[in-house]
Amino acid sequence: MIKVLPLYIKAAGFTLLLSAIGIFLSFVVGIAVSLTVYCKVKFFSVVAKIYIEVARNTPLLIQLFFLYFGFSRIGLRMEAYTCAVVGLTFLGGAYMAEAFRSGFESVDVSQKESAQSLGLNFLQVLRFVVFPQGLSVAVPAICANSLFLLKETSVVSAIALADLVYVAKDLIGLHYKTTECLILLVIFYLILLLPISIYMRKLEKKMRFASHGV
Amino acid sequence: MSILEIQNIHKSFGEHKVLNGVSLAVEKGEVIVLLGPSGSGKSTVLRCINGLEPISSGSIILDGETITAPNTKWNKIRQRMGMVFQSYELFSHKSIIENITLAPVVAQKRDIKEVTEQALKLLARVGLTEKQNAYPRQLSGGQKQRVAIIRALCMNPELMLLDEITAALDPEMTREVLDVILDLARDGMTMLIVTHEMAFAAAVADKIAFLDGGVINELSPAKEFFENPKCDRAKKFLDKFKF
Repeated sequence: MIKVLPLYIKAAGFTLLLSAIGIFLSFVVGIAVSLTVYCKVKFFSVVAKIYIEVARNTPLLIQLFFLYFGFSRIGLRMEAYTCAVVGLTFLGGAYMAEAFRSGFESVDVSQKESAQSLGLNFLQVLRFVVFPQGLSVAVPAICANSLFLLKETSVVSAIALADLVYVAKDLIGLHYKTTECLILLVIFYLILLLPISIYMRKLEKKMRFASHGV
Repeated sequence: MSILEIQNIHKSFGEHKVLNGVSLAVEKGEVIVLLGPSGSGKSTVLRCINGLEPISSGSIILDGETITAPNTKWNKIRQRMGMVFQSYELFSHKSIIENITLAPVVAQKRDIKEVTEQALKLLARVGLTEKQNAYPRQLSGGQKQRVAIIRALCMNPELMLLDEITAALDPEMTREVLDVILDLARDGMTMLIVTHEMAFAAAVADKIAFLDGGVINELSPAKEFFENPKCDRAKKFLDKFKF
């Protein structure tokens, strides 16, 4: 069993890297999409809403198949790795957008009015009041989405990427030690996720205190 | 010339008509208190002046400039009027000093040193110097409202709009807030005040504008209004405050 550990560690590294890139890009897409919806930007807000619904209501696996097999048929050939990043961002961006939007919308109208009445313009109200207050509300949802995305990377083995699941399946095929390989798989996911999960809980508490004092 | 002139403004929320032709002129240094029953449109008048509610028709003129024109840059106009709300609306994520200096620095592009100096002077004036680094949640209602007032004052506004600023406070806190306003009035600050505190209205106002049904039924000097109101509706209204 010890012999396979390096394989798992390498795969865990890949899972982590893919997740980190996916979460970061989801973050960027999420903020941009949520702002177009929140600010009711003409036309784009409608596109953004459709995107959110499509991305959130289709499984990642299907999205990946679409990108990997479907797009190559129409001549848009992407590497498996690119597909995984694009797929994760497509899905994660929509979830993050919803998290940010609900955060922004939780900011009281009266807080915005008081900022307006002090002579702040639209962007200044957004930057100095809506953003900081909304973000702190959105933190728990953003944390949950990040964990969710990390777990969702487990489907990329379907397009032949060597993540943890891929390695486990490979080893099962080679050595027929199904139970051991699966238990190792679970342990490795826990090793990846638990520290992040604990750190995020602390972060949530901190943010809550900073913004609400409780 | 009046510093603020409201000319025949109308305002509806859907079918519901709130203001049916309100006209009022405010002279520099004058304190006008808007009185009237709930739902008479007092707060709406202030919100229209501050551009928080677009008016349906009529015009509002600030220092000779029609601010209800379609191309009005409201953020610039609002820097010249200080508005204080019933529920304080301090920014919960910013300290007291940051609350006060944010708008002068960000919106008016003033030097932060100069603004901080002014903010500290104002804090001292309302006896809250030691709270400068506290957060709004650590302050009592009366303290929060005093901060909200000086936050508006730090913009060096030409006039102040006060919207039921003591409605959420107990009598003791009400007193500490109203003392600040009385002090401002003595300094010659132009103010338009909506309140339900009759004794305060009598003490601070030069004129009382009595609103009912979305129109000003009576505009009289304060003393005259309380001793001898002209319109019946105002008489009835004042009777309700006698025990």
